[in-house]
Amino acid sequence: MKSLFTTIKKAAPAAAFTLALAGGAVLQGCSSGPGEGSATAAGVASDAAQAVYVAPGKHDEYYSFLSGGFNGQMSVYGLPSGRLLKIIPVFTQHGENGYGYNEESKAMLNTSHGFVPWDDLHHPKLSRTNGMTDGRWLFANGNNTPRVARVDLTTFETVEIMEIPNSAGNHCSPYPTDNNEYVIAGTRFSVPLDMKGGTADVSMDEYKDKFRGSISFIKVDQEKGDMELDFQILVPGFDYDLANGGKGPSSDWVFFTTYNTERSGTLKELGASQNDRDYLAAVNWKLAAKYAAEGKAKEMPAYYYHNKMDKDTHIAKSTIKKTVRYLLPEDCPGMMYLIPAPKSPHGIDVDPSGEHMVVSGKLAATIPVFSFSKMQEAIKNKSFDGEINGIPVFKYESVLKAEVPEPGLGPLHTEFDGKGNAYTSMFVSSEIVKWKLSDFTVVDRMPVYYSVGHLMIPGGDTHTPDGKYLVAMNKITKDRYLPTGPELAHSAQLIDISGEKMRMLLDFPTVAEPHYAQAIKAEKVAPNSVKFYDLAKNKHPHAVKKESDASVTREGNVVRVKMTAIRSHMTPDNIEGVQVGDTVLFHVTNLEQDWDVPHGFAVMGANTAETLIMPGATQTLRWVPKKAGVFPFYCTDFCSALHQEMQGYIRVSPKGSPVPISFSTGKKKPAA
Amino acid sequence: MKAYHKVLMMIASLSLGLLFLFPMWKIYLKAPQYPEGLEMHIWVNKISGDTDGAIQNFNILNHYIGMEPIHADSFAELKIMPYIVIFFMVAGILVALLGNRKLVLSWTVLLMIGGAVGIADFYLWLVKFGTNLDPTAPIKVPGMTYVPPLLGNKTLLNFEALSLPALGSLGIGLAILLAGLVFYFSRNTVQVKTAKRVMA
Repeated sequence: MKSLFTTIKKAAPAAAFTLALAGGAVLQGCSSGPGEGSATAAGVASDAAQAVYVAPGKHDEYYSFLSGGFNGQMSVYGLPSGRLLKIIPVFTQHGENGYGYNEESKAMLNTSHGFVPWDDLHHPKLSRTNGMTDGRWLFANGNNTPRVARVDLTTFETVEIMEIPNSAGNHCSPYPTDNNEYVIAGTRFSVPLDMKGGTADVSMDEYKDKFRGSISFIKVDQEKGDMELDFQILVPGFDYDLANGGKGPSSDWVFFTTYNTERSGTLKELGASQNDRDYLAAVNWKLAAKYAAEGKAKEMPAYYYHNKMDKDTHIAKSTIKKTVRYLLPEDCPGMMYLIPAPKSPHGIDVDPSGEHMVVSGKLAATIPVFSFSKMQEAIKNKSFDGEINGIPVFKYESVLKAEVPEPGLGPLHTEFDGKGNAYTSMFVSSEIVKWKLSDFTVVDRMPVYYSVGHLMIPGGDTHTPDGKYLVAMNKITKDRYLPTGPELAHSAQLIDISGEKMRMLLDFPTVAEPHYAQAIKAEKVAPNSVKFYDLAKNKHPHAVKKESDASVTREGNVVRVKMTAIRSHMTPDNIEGVQVGDTVLFHVTNLEQDWDVPHGFAVMGANTAETLIMPGATQTLRWVPKKAGVFPFYCTDFCSALHQEMQGYIRVSPKGSPVPISFSTGKKKPAA
Repeated sequence: MKAYHKVLMMIASLSLGLLFLFPMWKIYLKAPQYPEGLEMHIWVNKISGDTDGAIQNFNILNHYIGMEPIHADSFAELKIMPYIVIFFMVAGILVALLGNRKLVLSWTVLLMIGGAVGIADFYLWLVKFGTNLDPTAPIKVPGMTYVPPLLGNKTLLNFEALSLPALGSLGIGLAILLAGLVFYFSRNTVQVKTAKRVMA
């Protein structure tokens, strides 16, 4: 309690100052009349409009990928305009295009808990080559039901989702190494592992003895990007929050912030805030991989899903994995160390040189910067202060490089501009603070509205940041935009960081709650963007590639409709012979081979979403008619001047009816 | 004819081979919703486009106005023309070997006639496609026909059509030009020969 009190006492003057500032802003806002937010345009660069204006028909300089948080999706924005380009469905069903609803994509959301149509997506991470973003894939974590997804950036589609066993709250995830050798995922919750791939049924009182965390090492195929869980490290039962890979000299290492090192199982807001210091865990992933390869890994039974989208059939398939290999730190000397860090740290960020590990402790009054070279020295000199589960704990001073004094309140996350500066988000004092890596002094501050969580500089977490813009992702919006009832869009702010002083450029609303983001020069992604799928390469088992092959066939009580869609009709568009209770599978192939001509398909009363079919692809909508009658279906995506005419009818007769299967478009075809 | 005349004549014949490597004619379409454009390529033996889907896209657009779909199978010319071109190439090489100036002229004139017939045929097809419209077409603009331009550009509803000869036609042009030059440059050699005969 003493330490918490000290922190509050230290913070009090600054907090009072912040309140005074906020109060002032409110008064100012009132005098500025209606139609404006209380936080005025103060600090906005005079040429801001010009700096963010992307003329009609022109493209943005960067793609940015903002996680959707509790919507489980990924939003793609152009920068500097802040224009929303797309929402990529990842962990959540998306009625807009049928992701997770149609027969092809359903399997993407399979887990050992069954079909889980939602998750909490926190951290997007771009794939890397030589420590730089390469624009091939985007990895993302599902927090609630531990999963890691991979989005292909040629199609902007989720192509792979892997469940993580022995994990709970996959928050500390997914962190790619410099060449995507591994994507690393740590567990936020520690749980009692039953060593059979599940959690054990034990009393919460046994937290200290039975609960453990895990760090998963997912191997990534260098060519195709396919993931495979190589091994896990079973770690002490802390909460693992965020991670960051080393760079240059430290590129064999990955660092994790931990909290609740008290191992409290209840009321963690207090229970996990008792120790003055929690830990920064340092793991030598290369050594870990070596230990795993050399047979130090043990195997335990497991049960987890691995779902992959086949690129030729566009069908997702689930595979169930039944074992997982694991390492114990106590068996693997030199693999893992703990560095004392200010209590309950959030961000851990390694600067582009790979020498500085910056820990942003949200309850801390300073920002400690650790030194990788000092850490190497400390390992050599064994400057340890005991150990936990066989993991040596360094002496704080032996690895500390400096503490950034009076940075602000509630430091959360730091990124770098590649020009010797670091930028830290301050949740409590609601500002971005710029400080120098050379002398660890604060050189500039920019208020943000309100309560910034993560921040992002394009490439700011890599070897070679592109220090032009910074995006602040704010947790609280209040009056920044026109009010929209109790639920408001979150607010992101774009800041110009190209000069000495930060310049505020733009506010833009975001979808759900972005926790983190990535950005990349558009030229690394745009040229590879697929315009449509080659119909000749479509290997969907129920694809039909010309209208004359369209068919309706009965297989027991399943009626398969192999349908084509092309501007502006569907073949067949008159179907008869379906009976109440049949399972009708509409396999719709979009015959178009033209850019931006998707067709959609929906049928009246279907208990599912429409499915949106890209040119050259085949997708399937399942429909079980419950009553007799004639039901219309139609194209749901405006495709042409005659889109409104792109429709048809399916007749449903009572069970056992003598009406034979027949189908046609235009002229009647003989019964099949 | 001197050796270089024969070589030039050979080149003239072989340049017809360009017809097998490049389209003869290209029709470019541009519309507000087709910023990337749409191209139809007419070859001596096939019809293609700038992308694999181009012909399908032409047909999709054309079906609204009731134009007959374009398929390579509809044109007997595409089956015959390759043989005609090969005939001209073989004949040209023979002419070069024989070194007969009159044959050079005949070959050139025949080729010019062949080319003209080809262009006339092409024009007739354009007229047929552009005017022979299905009366049940969804879009009917009174008095409107859709004959694409033979050469140059023309606006057809929301489309701007541009029609230009392509590299394949250059092969014919080059063949005619070179053969013409052979005929012209070789006039003295014949005179010399005649003179020699007179002197003898």
